[in-house]
Amino acid sequence: MKSLEELAKIRERMAGKVALREGENSIRIVVGMATCGIAAGARPVLNAFVDEVAKQGVSDKATVSQTGCIGICQYEPVVEVFEPGKEKTTYVKMTPEKAARVVAEHIKGGKPVVEYTIGNTII
Amino acid sequence: MKELSLNILDIVQNSLTAGAAHIDIDLEETAETLRITVTDDGCGMNAETVRNVTDPFYTTRKTRAVGLGIPFFKLAAEQTGGRLELKSTPAAENADEHGTVISALFYKTSIDFTPLGDISSTLCTLIQGLDDNTDIKFRHSFPNGEVGLDTAEIRAVLGGVPLSTPEVLVLLKDDLAAQYAEIVSNDN
Repeated sequence: MKSLEELAKIRERMAGKVALREGENSIRIVVGMATCGIAAGARPVLNAFVDEVAKQGVSDKATVSQTGCIGICQYEPVVEVFEPGKEKTTYVKMTPEKAARVVAEHIKGGKPVVEYTIGNTII
Repeated sequence: MKELSLNILDIVQNSLTAGAAHIDIDLEETAETLRITVTDDGCGMNAETVRNVTDPFYTTRKTRAVGLGIPFFKLAAEQTGGRLELKSTPAAENADEHGTVISALFYKTSIDFTPLGDISSTLCTLIQGLDDNTDIKFRHSFPNGEVGLDTAEIRAVLGGVPLSTPEVLVLLKDDLAAQYAEIVSNDN
């Protein structure tokens, strides 16, 4: 580890902001990271969600987390979006490019990208 | 898996599921070999489970009847002429010293050697999903130097700032890239 000083700077910058992150109304973006997901390309998808949530400025209302296999391996990479008070959205066959659009239109804009959801995907 | 770093990402999930507090990811390279060892202090497995985990049709999961994580890792090692070793002590047998060590030896000179790939991305992915009770220590040694990262050390500097903060992950990725660049320049 070479950048301990830069880490300390992040700590100073983030002081006070941290408490705001864990809002109760937050949206959860959950990426499947079991063997099936990883083999199908979930790692770049997860990293794209992390980057896009930060880049598009929605980190105060959405968190990205990881989960195991949910049993639909043929549809991996699978991403589920949980919004308080709404039905879960299941995105399938995800890519980093699709992730950027989901963050822009669904997380930011409030409208799920229907064409990427499980009901609209033929494999 | 297209890259061994993806196998590592997958294998370490087992340590997380086992409730490990400390996970060591050790990569040791010589001119001809790569040894990947993951050591955890999780709940461990009994002798029967250890015997079964390399069987693709064995899993503890209920969603499906196959488990391919360890079989894939074993295959990747054996196809280079290497091997996989697995040792485990279950918490039920030894409450103080329990956990699992999985170690795979690869011959890099084999045409069937899978490249390591983007190990920094694997580490950042693991760190992104890490809960507060688990730490990861990573070490990648070469004949001419060493790359390392320890989340316990990083947490100590960050105070209450979560490891999953995007700025932190970007910094860690850059830091690893800089450490690897140093190894390459040592080589020249």
